[in-house]
Amino acid sequence: MLGRLSWSAIPFDQPIIMGTCAVVGLVLLAIFILVTLKGWWPYLWREWITSVDHKHIGVMYMILGLVMLVRGFSDAIMMRTQQALAAGHAAGYLPPEHFDQIFSAHGTIMIFFVAMPFVIGLMNFALPLQLGVRDVAFPRLNSVSLWLTAAGVLLVNLSLFVGEFARTGWLAYPPLSELAYSPGVGVDYYLWSLQLSGLGTLLSGINLTTTILKLRAPGMGYKRMPVFCWTALASNLLIVAAFPVLTATFAMLLLDRYCGFHFFTNDLGGNPMMYVNLIWIWGHPEVYILILPAFGVFSEVVATFSGKPLFGYRSMVLATMAICVLSFFVWLHHFFTMGAGADINAFFGIATMIIAVPTGVKVFNWLFTLYGGRVQFTVPIYWTLGFIVTFVIGGMTGVLMAIPPADFVLHNSLFLIAHFHNVAIGGVVFGVMAGMNYWFPKAFGFKLNERLGKAVFWCWFIGFYLAFMPLYALGLMGATRRMQHYPNTHWQPLMLVALAGAVLILFGIALTVVQIAVSIRQRQANRDRTGDPWNARTLEWSIPSPPPAWNFTRLPNVERTDAYWHMKEEGVSRRELAGSFPDLHIPRNTPVGVFLAFFAVILGFALIWRIDWLAAIGLVGAVAVALWESWKTDLEVRVPSQEVAAFERAHAPLVHDVPSVELETVVSGAGS
Amino acid sequence: MAATEKLRAAAHAAMTFQRPVRTAVGHWLADRASQYPATRIGSILLGCMMLASCHEGVLDPHGPVGQVERVILYDATTIMLAVVIPVILLTLAFAWWFRSGNRRATYRPDWEYSGRIELIIWAIPALVILFLGGIAWISSHDLDPPKPLESAKTPLEVEVVSLDWRWLFIYPRERIATVNYLVVPAGTPVHFRLTSTSVMNSFFIPQLGSQIYTMPGMTTQLNLQADTPGAYPGLSAQFSGPGFADMQFTLRAESGDNFTNWVAQVHERSAVLDEATFTQLIRPTRGASELTFGSVPDDPFDMVAHGHLATLWSPKEAL
Repeated sequence: MLGRLSWSAIPFDQPIIMGTCAVVGLVLLAIFILVTLKGWWPYLWREWITSVDHKHIGVMYMILGLVMLVRGFSDAIMMRTQQALAAGHAAGYLPPEHFDQIFSAHGTIMIFFVAMPFVIGLMNFALPLQLGVRDVAFPRLNSVSLWLTAAGVLLVNLSLFVGEFARTGWLAYPPLSELAYSPGVGVDYYLWSLQLSGLGTLLSGINLTTTILKLRAPGMGYKRMPVFCWTALASNLLIVAAFPVLTATFAMLLLDRYCGFHFFTNDLGGNPMMYVNLIWIWGHPEVYILILPAFGVFSEVVATFSGKPLFGYRSMVLATMAICVLSFFVWLHHFFTMGAGADINAFFGIATMIIAVPTGVKVFNWLFTLYGGRVQFTVPIYWTLGFIVTFVIGGMTGVLMAIPPADFVLHNSLFLIAHFHNVAIGGVVFGVMAGMNYWFPKAFGFKLNERLGKAVFWCWFIGFYLAFMPLYALGLMGATRRMQHYPNTHWQPLMLVALAGAVLILFGIALTVVQIAVSIRQRQANRDRTGDPWNARTLEWSIPSPPPAWNFTRLPNVERTDAYWHMKEEGVSRRELAGSFPDLHIPRNTPVGVFLAFFAVILGFALIWRIDWLAAIGLVGAVAVALWESWKTDLEVRVPSQEVAAFERAHAPLVHDVPSVELETVVSGAGS
Repeated sequence: MAATEKLRAAAHAAMTFQRPVRTAVGHWLADRASQYPATRIGSILLGCMMLASCHEGVLDPHGPVGQVERVILYDATTIMLAVVIPVILLTLAFAWWFRSGNRRATYRPDWEYSGRIELIIWAIPALVILFLGGIAWISSHDLDPPKPLESAKTPLEVEVVSLDWRWLFIYPRERIATVNYLVVPAGTPVHFRLTSTSVMNSFFIPQLGSQIYTMPGMTTQLNLQADTPGAYPGLSAQFSGPGFADMQFTLRAESGDNFTNWVAQVHERSAVLDEATFTQLIRPTRGASELTFGSVPDDPFDMVAHGHLATLWSPKEAL
């Protein structure tokens, strides 16, 4: 009746897990009671859960990322604690069975459920605003993408309390992940949660690619798009090209595990190395899917806060697209030690290094954007400067490992761990934090607290160096990754330093939550009524904050890059009050995403535990929801002209009619 | 191989140059440590890092492969630091000088293009990569793991089988076998052929250089050499399941005579690696100890490498 599910699936004998279970349960219960008592359910349902507004979906992606950051980081600090303890003959406090799940979950969660939601969230929020359009190409699909990602998140978190997670590492290399060596439900949790969220990501990629290619404000040719849009285009093209590979690879592993196929098994003609190749054909582009939008954020931030256009726009675009293409030719550098032969290794090594050229160009472009600027030391610029300083070190160690013989001694070592955290934290996380602080006032109409924002930065920045510089040294000492214990006590002091760094990052994460809470409390003091708190350059700042559901009452006419900056320079009033406004049509909210995700979770859960009848319910339900939605015809809501006019009048006081002091200096500076 | 020889000579030069510096810094640290407790902790940490880089791991190579690889690490890092350090300094300098409060800095709000600078910023990384790409191409071929090392001596043949979770070393010519340790003659190349009975592992002795995967049903090759007698720790560098952390072994390099004596001693042992013993060995075991087999009547390596002796285990059943 219940397949493999029984009471023994719940780890009652594991105090750490049961304690977590209790805390998570209590927090969820408290939130539920609070929302119910306050009567917020209708509001949440109407404005958020069923929303197809790209801005709300973007914000929900960010919240999802932030919540999962806490989960993924809990894993990180447990690992660091274990490795700080388990030197010599000490066993630490986590047995291998548990430790192996933790590092597997940490990697999986940080990439798929933290970095991806963060990056997709930023793109979702900012892209249509920067392009000067009213929404993404497929607003309903956007909601489906979000909720499928959330379905994956739910399954991953369920694995903590019901059953187990994979003990295979975050990419689940076979044959270890095959049924013969991982007979439990851990790998199934891994596979099904990533299949669901991967589908969501692919749909999101199609959606945003279409948005950029097909929906842009009048006059916004490709050469006038903000650089963030270019990096988002590259990133989404990569999603469209790479995620089907991931889905297909996982599908093959699922067939091996569920139907006795032999794609990657040791016997009957299977070849595990085929999986390793395939997963990295997805995996390396994935790195650029994450980092390119972060590059875009830094490009926007550095130009805005230097009060200058980005230096070398064409170089930047060229470099972005070069990285986009080259990222498909480097996957083998993840396993030079397979023994593929000198020619193959050298080819992939050199291809990898070539990516350092456009990346280096980008760094120089940011550098020369600062040159001749008037740099305001805001929170986003802190993150940007911290990024440049940190990222060039990570880039250097990356190029180092692209030399195959150097990789022969560094592969899988803690040096590698330090390298990819150097670019993932120093690049992606710093970029997301910069973007969050940059666009927050656009999303909510008030700025985030600056002092706390800077405190968060210093915690992450110093914490990163403390946590990962020792790992570089440990890697050179011969320490490899994923060790539950190690014999060499010389490694322990550096492991302790790394733990201290992790604790500092913990403060950074806690302070982020404090920063958001304090900023919400002080929102009246930090309110931005101009819609353009940073004196910025791109179209999203030309509209009120938070923007109305339709974003732009009148679609802007774009005549050059940094369109809004030039509108300001030319004194074009960005919100002329016309006598009359047209009726607008915006997409109607729909619960299809959340219903689909509901049935998808049932389907995934039933397949993991081999409960056939429940799987059938999940599948039929999901298909039924999709069909029911497909036959809907009434997809838009009319916003009457009176409402549009009322909104415009309410936000009438314009920044250009009353230039701020800063703006004055900028204009006079421009004249000199 | 001439290039490799040159690199090796450079490596030796670098090592001899470092030694006195290291000692001097060590003395200084010891002096400081006795004065202040805070400095003591700092110096212990710093000392560990220095010890780390000097007395163990990949920066303390004891064989030709590891020495060349260390030269590559140092050279490539130096070349890149020549760009990376100025970039870091310029970033901080530009940001500071062009801060909004500094009225002495010239504000150029429309400056967004300079052909000359564009040329330079594409040229700098391109030149660096051209140079490093050359290093990558040449060193990939020189240090290709299956490529025999230059030596007048005949290489010792060793077959490596990664088991769950221990290492089996078979000496096909001597017809002996060991578990979790191996003994090789110092100054003689060792030619390894490697495979695995179940899941992937990576065979790695940091102080000798290159690692290579062991994969079920496949054979990889690796050539290493220990120049000086000593015990060098080895490990698996590819996660392979719950007993992974215990996959530690030691390579003991002995001078030629001692190695011959060792082989003779092992031959006197009664333990035999036959099919029954091998079947026992491939069962999942954690924290296994060293074993020695005096004879190997039927070398199981090729059977394993062809996938005929693959084992299936599940952690739950096995442990």
